[in-house]
Amino acid sequence: MRIAVQPHDFDAGAEIRALSRDPKVGAVASFIGVVREVGMTLEHYPGMTEKALEKIVAQAGSRWQVLDCSVIHRVGELKPTDQIVLVAVASAHRGEAFAACEFIMDYLKTQAPFWKKEAAGWVEARAADDQAAERWK
Amino acid sequence: MRVKILYFASLREQLGTPAEEIELPAGVATVAALRSHLRGRGGAWERALADGKLVRAALNQDMAPPTAALKAGDEVAFFPPVTGG
Repeated sequence: MRIAVQPHDFDAGAEIRALSRDPKVGAVASFIGVVREVGMTLEHYPGMTEKALEKIVAQAGSRWQVLDCSVIHRVGELKPTDQIVLVAVASAHRGEAFAACEFIMDYLKTQAPFWKKEAAGWVEARAADDQAAERWK
Repeated sequence: MRVKILYFASLREQLGTPAEEIELPAGVATVAALRSHLRGRGGAWERALADGKLVRAALNQDMAPPTAALKAGDEVAFFPPVTGG
């Protein structure tokens, strides 16, 4: 299990390979969020952000078989095409890996304290993100 | 009863402060009551924390409902809805 909030970039390939070393792992599903069109600054709540991510991962583990997982979220200045977030989940089978990965991402978007600021101002929360998280209830 | 209050993102900018420690007046015992007390400072506080504004709160680094009870030494945070990912 690896949870990291960091300003520097990550190597998604290395993170995914690290999740498939256990012979029980039959599937690794991953999601990478990328900065689209305009640069931004990401702010977080040191301490709470990591704790919120740990809780989300624990919730996923209580619903699906999660053999291992990696959640990395960048903060600070990011420019278009930069990677922002990685969620990768290892499970025995693809169904559990896909579901847990999507669940973690949906909850991260609505529960983890991160805020995006673009040149035009602070990004507003989207109702569609709340709806995406609601469907797991 | 003293508590630490943190402000993030647009709220931090509007209020012009990232954090403060205050002595809670008698009767201010919940997250909602604290928000209302801070709003009473007027000006930017009144505007940023107005009833219609979507403001989320955390108590000791866990998301907290307005009814959450406060105790001495708590860390309370106010911030806009999150937009990570």
